[in-house]
Amino acid sequence: MVIVHVVVTALLGVGVFFTLVGSIGLLRFPDFYTRLHATGKCDTLGGGLIILGAMIYHFFEYPGTLLVVAKLAFLIFFIFIANPTATHTIMKAAYKTGVEPWRLGEERR
Amino acid sequence: MRLGERAFGILITFCIMAVFWILLSGIFDAFHLISGLACCAIVSIISHDLLVKGKSEKKLQKSLRLLIYIPWELWQIVLANIDVAYRVLHPRMPIDPLIIEFETTLRGEFSLTTLANSITLTPGTITILVEPERGKFCVHAIAKEPADALLLDQKMQRKVAHVFLET
Amino acid sequence: MITIFWITILLIAITMGLSLYRGVAGPGVFNRVAAVNIIGTKTIALLVVMGYYFERPYFFDIALLYAMINFIGTLVFAKYLERGELWS
Repeated sequence: MVIVHVVVTALLGVGVFFTLVGSIGLLRFPDFYTRLHATGKCDTLGGGLIILGAMIYHFFEYPGTLLVVAKLAFLIFFIFIANPTATHTIMKAAYKTGVEPWRLGEERR
Repeated sequence: MRLGERAFGILITFCIMAVFWILLSGIFDAFHLISGLACCAIVSIISHDLLVKGKSEKKLQKSLRLLIYIPWELWQIVLANIDVAYRVLHPRMPIDPLIIEFETTLRGEFSLTTLANSITLTPGTITILVEPERGKFCVHAIAKEPADALLLDQKMQRKVAHVFLET
Repeated sequence: MITIFWITILLIAITMGLSLYRGVAGPGVFNRVAAVNIIGTKTIALLVVMGYYFERPYFFDIALLYAMINFIGTLVFAKYLERGELWS
């Protein structure tokens, strides 16, 4: 049982690390389009890894209720489809409304 | 739509909705099952053409190739996140954003959607615009190397065209 | 193991607070919409871990529902900002 706890702790730790990197990128990048790069990619995988760790913990700790594992698997699948689509839609709205992209050497906005 | 295609669409939608009902409820006595299947039947008769579109040949082969494509996609997601983490945590922040456009030979709806999703999930690029008539993509890249990997290498377009039998 | 879940909940809440700064001070409306979408995604992960911390299995249904609400909300906002109206 110790090996299961080590694996779940490692997965949760890596997931929280990627979520933290996405949030730091949201603060540090100089332009709207680059901030969407940071959040749209890192938050998807971070959330997915956290839920994957919880799924493995449930599979070994409460055997006999496999329906919850299937529900969490569907949640991961939904996050991997929905987050990039929402990112693309908000970027298309910004591009068509006229937000200018940032080039190297300009100031922050 | 002809009767054969409509019946097939209704049946597929009914099966998918029934699987979701059983997955999300978890109770298996007679009342819940019968009311659930009745709701699934009503929904699939009214709006079956939102989920299963038209007809397309060789569904089984396309589904198998899609299942083989997914692990490569997951590996690209992990590489993309390591790349973004490197660019965020570096003290000098090496980014150089640019916007590029290119055309592909894909024309079907599902294949264009898969390619746009894959471009958003791979290192350094996000899709901005998709034109379905000419297969034209407008993509925002964060540095020179991912933009070159998409424009010159064309590895992802060839893989998606191989999955959907070059539609 | 309960201690690990408690530390995870604390760290996710700290990252939510960092994103909230961009939601308040971002110049323009698009930065704020992106920040709200990110806080919604982090809420889903937070709800799942809280379901294991408090040992209540009903939090996963709430997480699934909130994932769909967050997705539809961001899509409707983006459509309104692009066209200026929802129905033509």
